[in-house]
Amino acid sequence: MSQVNRLATGGRIDRSKPMSFSFNGKTYHGFDGDTLASALLANGVGIVGRSFKYSRARGILGHGAEEPNALMQLHTGNAAVPNPRATQVELFDGLVSGSTNGWPSVEFDLMEWVGKMGGKMMPPGFYYKTFMAPQKMWMTYEKFIRKAAGFGKLSLAPDPDTYDKINAHCDVIVVGAGPAGLTAALEAGRSGKRVIIVDEQNEFGGTLLANNQTVDGVDAAQWAQQATAQLTDMSNVVVMPRTTAFGYYDHNFVCALERRTDHLGPVSTSGSRQRLHRIRAHQVILATGAIERPLVFGNNDLPGIMLANSVSTYINRYAVVPGNRCVVMTTNDSGYQTALDIQAAGRTVVAVVDSRHAPDGRLVQQAKAAGIEIMTGHGVTEAQGSKRVVGAIVAPLDEAGDTLTGPAKTLSCDLIAVAGGWSPVVHLSCHTGSRPVWQEDIAGFVPGPSIQNQHLAGAITGDYKLSQALNAGVQAGAAAVGVESAHVFDCGDESEGAAQALYLIPHTKPVSRAPKQFVDFQNDVTAAGIELAAREGFQSIEHVKRYTAMGFGTDQGKTGNVNGMAIVAKTLNKSIAETGTTIFRPAYTPVTFGALGGRDVGVLLDPARHTAMHPWHVANGAKFENVGQWKRPWYFPQQGETMQQTLNRECLAVRNSVGILDASTLGKIDIQGKDAREFLNRVYTNAWSKLAPGKCRYGLMLKEDGMIFDDGVTACLSDQHFLMTTTSGGAAAVLGWLELWHQTEWPELEVYFTSVTDQWATCSFAGPNSRKVLEKLCTDVDLSAEAMKFMDYREGTVAGIKARIFRISFTGELSFEVNVPADQGHYMWQKLMEAGEEFGITPYGTESMHVLRAEKGFIIAGQDTDGSMTPQDCLMGWAVSKTKSFSFLGERSFSRPDTARADRKQLVGLKPIDPTVVIPEGSQIVMDPNQPIPMDMMGHVTSSYWSECLGHGIAMGTVKGGCDRMGQTVYCPQADGRVLAAQICSPVFYDPKGDHHHD
Amino acid sequence: MHHIYCPYCEETREEEEYSYTGEAHIERPKDPAAISDEAWADYLFFRSNPRGIHHEMWYHAAGCRRYFNVTRNTQSYQIHETYKMGELPTITAASLDQAAPQGDAS
Repeated sequence: MSQVNRLATGGRIDRSKPMSFSFNGKTYHGFDGDTLASALLANGVGIVGRSFKYSRARGILGHGAEEPNALMQLHTGNAAVPNPRATQVELFDGLVSGSTNGWPSVEFDLMEWVGKMGGKMMPPGFYYKTFMAPQKMWMTYEKFIRKAAGFGKLSLAPDPDTYDKINAHCDVIVVGAGPAGLTAALEAGRSGKRVIIVDEQNEFGGTLLANNQTVDGVDAAQWAQQATAQLTDMSNVVVMPRTTAFGYYDHNFVCALERRTDHLGPVSTSGSRQRLHRIRAHQVILATGAIERPLVFGNNDLPGIMLANSVSTYINRYAVVPGNRCVVMTTNDSGYQTALDIQAAGRTVVAVVDSRHAPDGRLVQQAKAAGIEIMTGHGVTEAQGSKRVVGAIVAPLDEAGDTLTGPAKTLSCDLIAVAGGWSPVVHLSCHTGSRPVWQEDIAGFVPGPSIQNQHLAGAITGDYKLSQALNAGVQAGAAAVGVESAHVFDCGDESEGAAQALYLIPHTKPVSRAPKQFVDFQNDVTAAGIELAAREGFQSIEHVKRYTAMGFGTDQGKTGNVNGMAIVAKTLNKSIAETGTTIFRPAYTPVTFGALGGRDVGVLLDPARHTAMHPWHVANGAKFENVGQWKRPWYFPQQGETMQQTLNRECLAVRNSVGILDASTLGKIDIQGKDAREFLNRVYTNAWSKLAPGKCRYGLMLKEDGMIFDDGVTACLSDQHFLMTTTSGGAAAVLGWLELWHQTEWPELEVYFTSVTDQWATCSFAGPNSRKVLEKLCTDVDLSAEAMKFMDYREGTVAGIKARIFRISFTGELSFEVNVPADQGHYMWQKLMEAGEEFGITPYGTESMHVLRAEKGFIIAGQDTDGSMTPQDCLMGWAVSKTKSFSFLGERSFSRPDTARADRKQLVGLKPIDPTVVIPEGSQIVMDPNQPIPMDMMGHVTSSYWSECLGHGIAMGTVKGGCDRMGQTVYCPQADGRVLAAQICSPVFYDPKGDHHHD
Repeated sequence: MHHIYCPYCEETREEEEYSYTGEAHIERPKDPAAISDEAWADYLFFRSNPRGIHHEMWYHAAGCRRYFNVTRNTQSYQIHETYKMGELPTITAASLDQAAPQGDAS
């Protein structure tokens, strides 16, 4: 098909660079400089999609971010992109595009018949009203509703493109490079300050690119090019086309999406496809312009009904006239410009239908002089046609535009250009919490007051004259950099006639009976639907929005919102200022998840921390688990072993000979200072005054509410030097906690905290033969039971490395922990493995560690405790000093009535009655499994494992008043119907007297 | 996203470097054992939740590791000042009310 609507001359397309593209399987041709929308219009393509709810045929309405109808499916295979607007897709040779919906095709769509027949039965709230019950069916309904709604499809294959993010700082960011943005950036740039100017389009200039006026005696588009060249030449100015500032956040933080290669092909061949710019600016200038509003009348959604300004843009910028016989329906002077543009393009203007009775602005005079028929005091009440507009029914209106005053007549046409007034693009200004303010004289919302360092320039303020935009830009640019400017532009644009506020053109039938009068095209919201919502009692504009879905589309209601709000206001007999507006949230236009993710995907999604011994673990087949960001060996399976078989082997090795664990991830905090001891007294429950150098002590740390927060062993290295260990996951929180108390309450204490977790590698080896292993490698420390007792600390040499040796145990066996500088950790581990070979030293992971400690009833803070457990609840009153003079953190809370209750949940051991059973962790505990639901919940299982050395399952759990229930039987009902019984017992299942670790 | 001036680093840094750690100027009772359960519970659990000026503590976790105070408007997120631990705010809800012109409230 040839480009029937393409003009022979003019426009900003390059006719020497023809391009072919496909749409819904057919091949078409366009030129470099086209958007997909302008190329489709050039080829006379009318229907580009089907509507959301009624499946009505829809064509292109606008020419930019406001487009509600022309959502496209781009590219194929794993490069598929769903839902970009054709108006914002730059054409390239070979572009493959299609509609996002329509079956079997957009031209002939079966769902349309559902929409036609069922339309009356699909009022707002249709889904809520119809599909509400039964609730369990919702998932089924939803599947079909989503399919019928028919947005585009993503590929399920990995995205072939990469994306990235960059941070930037500047003195001034200018959003929008139309007339106001350009002069603002020029003015700010001349000061030498750092300026960034972004614009969503491929070419700077905004409305100047489709404008017939002159600036400083130069053609507007040419002036824009010159201004852009000047900006590009300034070394302090960053010029970013194809970049949408989509979010404006607190403290002048602007996020912008740069589309680097989308215009070149489906997959980038030169670096990242899109880049997210995170920009912190001292001053923000919003020069985001305004969007024309459509008019609401019967069948106003037919293909061939377009925004007047968009028609002008297609003619002047893209050399495309999207029709042959045009009716212009306007409420203000700007529609006349479109009529003049159509006529200049050699097509027929059937009439300008103006709702005003006596318009006489400059453009009106020009249109009259050009011989264009003008019907004042009239409105288009209904469009005719099925797949394309074929006529406009026009009737006289009263002065207010409320009532029809005479008989209608029909104008034959294939294009209706609608000019319903302008809506300033207030979106970004809303993002920081500023509410837009209704301005009656311009019949639009303008940005409200803001606490940000924000300036406004141009049409966003509701003044649409070119001279004003240029001058406001100069003023904003100067103000943003703190200078004064005297530069004044005069484009000779005399004042226009006043616009009429007209939001719904009356029909001969009432709104509820008239042909559908669309307000929100993307979500198929009609005037009748909005009136119905108001009648059903929805008064807040926010509720009307949610009930009707007005403005909920990906276009955020850029074209329809103001008309809709005005209809709500009128139905409720209120002013628009009274009903107010919903506010816009980021993003201004949709942002790909790819760009938000940037490089933070795959292995870079989250940093992974590896211990010094990690390569050994990998080489020896360890399975890993995540502990915070650490990768910890979980277990070390041998050929053919199940996980349980591995755990059994690992645990028995520890109990019978020796096992070795990489404990490097435990948090280590170096504490020094003359008041270190006193500080420990205050933050731990137990006493530290008398702990001698060379001794270790287990400590419990509480929050002020008396609940366990963390635990660990702290060693006294010298009188003023301690090494605290924390749980692997709690290290950062504990350090912050210590700093908090030191800095805010006890700054008089001389004490210093340093995280040394990464500086030391830790091997823990446990079992009756552990001493023998260490003795082979360490000759300068007497390791005998008499010389180095349980909970002793020594410095010495292990395998030739200066080491810190702790005799502490988390397994209940004789056990040593050796710390060496991290860079020698891998070597030490290998040496210990060699030394232990004759004893069958067995590496074990976190899972066996959990089993071994549970056999001993040792808690894991965060697993057996949950922020609601006191030491007493955990049967650890022994770790709480009652004689300290200072009221340590949490002590006062022990006597709070709730903390002192006898029936609190207490941590007890649970021995399954059936010894082969391992009760699932998290199981709820009840006393009577036959009690009708809801049963009395007594607690839950916190830890549960198979104990190979004991030959039965073991568990720990919280039970209300558990200490007084020793020997009682409790029950754990399971989701599968089983009820597992267990006997309450001491949590210390193995070696209750503690003989082993004292050996 | 907030942009916060650390009074110790004397630089304005991104919110990502900081953690919010609760209301400022909550003092631990000198002798916890001597006060009533009610007074202790008040210290433990009760915090103001103003719409407007709020004094709060922030922790420069990924920076100097110092705690400091911020006077922030919880409605607009405007930060009026940041000040070191142990200092008092120069801007309060009361001081802003006094500074506002007469009749502004109407």
